[in-house]
Amino acid sequence: MKVAIPVDGQDMNTTVCISFGRAPFFMIYDTDSKEHDFINNSAAESQGGAGIKAAQAIVDNKVDVLLTPRCGENAAGVIKTAGIKLYKTGPQSAMDNINLFIAGDLPPLSEIHAGFHNRRGR
Amino acid sequence: MNIAVLSGKGGTGKTLIAVNLAAIADSALYIDCDVEEPNGHLFFKPQDIRSEEVAVEIPVVDDTLCSGCRTCVDFCRFNALAYINKRLTVFENICHSCGGCTLFCPENALHEEKKNIGSVEKGFSSSVTVYSGILNTGEASGIPIIKRLLSISRADHPGLCLIDCPPGSACIVMETIRDADYCILVAEPTLFGVHNLNLVYELVRLFNKPFGVVLNKCFEGEENPSEQFCLAKGINILGRLVFDSELGVINSKALIAVREINRYKVQFSSLLTRVLKEAQYEAVVNP
Repeated sequence: MKVAIPVDGQDMNTTVCISFGRAPFFMIYDTDSKEHDFINNSAAESQGGAGIKAAQAIVDNKVDVLLTPRCGENAAGVIKTAGIKLYKTGPQSAMDNINLFIAGDLPPLSEIHAGFHNRRGR
Repeated sequence: MNIAVLSGKGGTGKTLIAVNLAAIADSALYIDCDVEEPNGHLFFKPQDIRSEEVAVEIPVVDDTLCSGCRTCVDFCRFNALAYINKRLTVFENICHSCGGCTLFCPENALHEEKKNIGSVEKGFSSSVTVYSGILNTGEASGIPIIKRLLSISRADHPGLCLIDCPPGSACIVMETIRDADYCILVAEPTLFGVHNLNLVYELVRLFNKPFGVVLNKCFEGEENPSEQFCLAKGINILGRLVFDSELGVINSKALIAVREINRYKVQFSSLLTRVLKEAQYEAVVNP
């Protein structure tokens, strides 16, 4: 099973990024082979619709599960349509969250926010 | 002469200033560009209203023609399209109606359909021609409505035009002041007021617009942080409106102060003279 998680850095001790759409990287972890990979999130630089573009990248990487602290409604629309399951991360490191998920200790992500669009300068 | 009235937040007095300046002029256009919550019409109560729908073009996909090449997904800089489970999804609220996806689709699988997002209204209130833009609830951007408002009103009237801006300094305000000849910034006498004033101050400087400040809700003999801000930055203070509960009562009844109370007639008359003088001076010095 392939698990994706938005992260701040490209090392095994990295923290989870508080934003999904604008996270600098995603860690992709394969629970079967126990191999991991980091991918750049090109959506982070987007003028708008970062969540949609980031979600498209997650879908294209054939991920089964997304672990994230939060997720906007547009991104969630893409993720759910693709049949990817959403779980809510805790304050621990990215790898600790993956282990929590494997142990069945992460809750499903229930609250989907309406987005933080166009809030700058208002 | 297009004069825009701005402030960094709502409730500062943009509508009060714009409505009263338009009402005191011999003849003027008042354009309410605060399309999310237009309220200038409540004061003017315009007659003979003519209304016109405003629509944007949204791409619609024909799934039987779409090959899944993703040309459109990669093209859209606003990421309004996604390709999931071998199907294209369009996010209407993110789409900026540029038409690029439809233009570049190699399979001609996309076409555009009109989607109404609001309307513009024109009416008359004695010497004032009143325009209002109305954005439908739930729509993401009022910019197409403002573009329509400004283009139809420009064709209509070469004289004095008071533009009541939306609050803040975001894209929608930039669209509103784009063709303004002069900007009036309205400020409250608080630290929060200074913060909000600074937002629009930076915006009008960025756009190289001539501008001045009206200090609203002033308390005589009390410190006014917005006034200190203006003095420190060398900003032109066009006028001061003293906090007045009678003015509040008039406003709450949706009456126009210059049509009700003589001292406001005098004050707004001299404010208009001052603004026109400043704006014309700017037009000569910085054409």
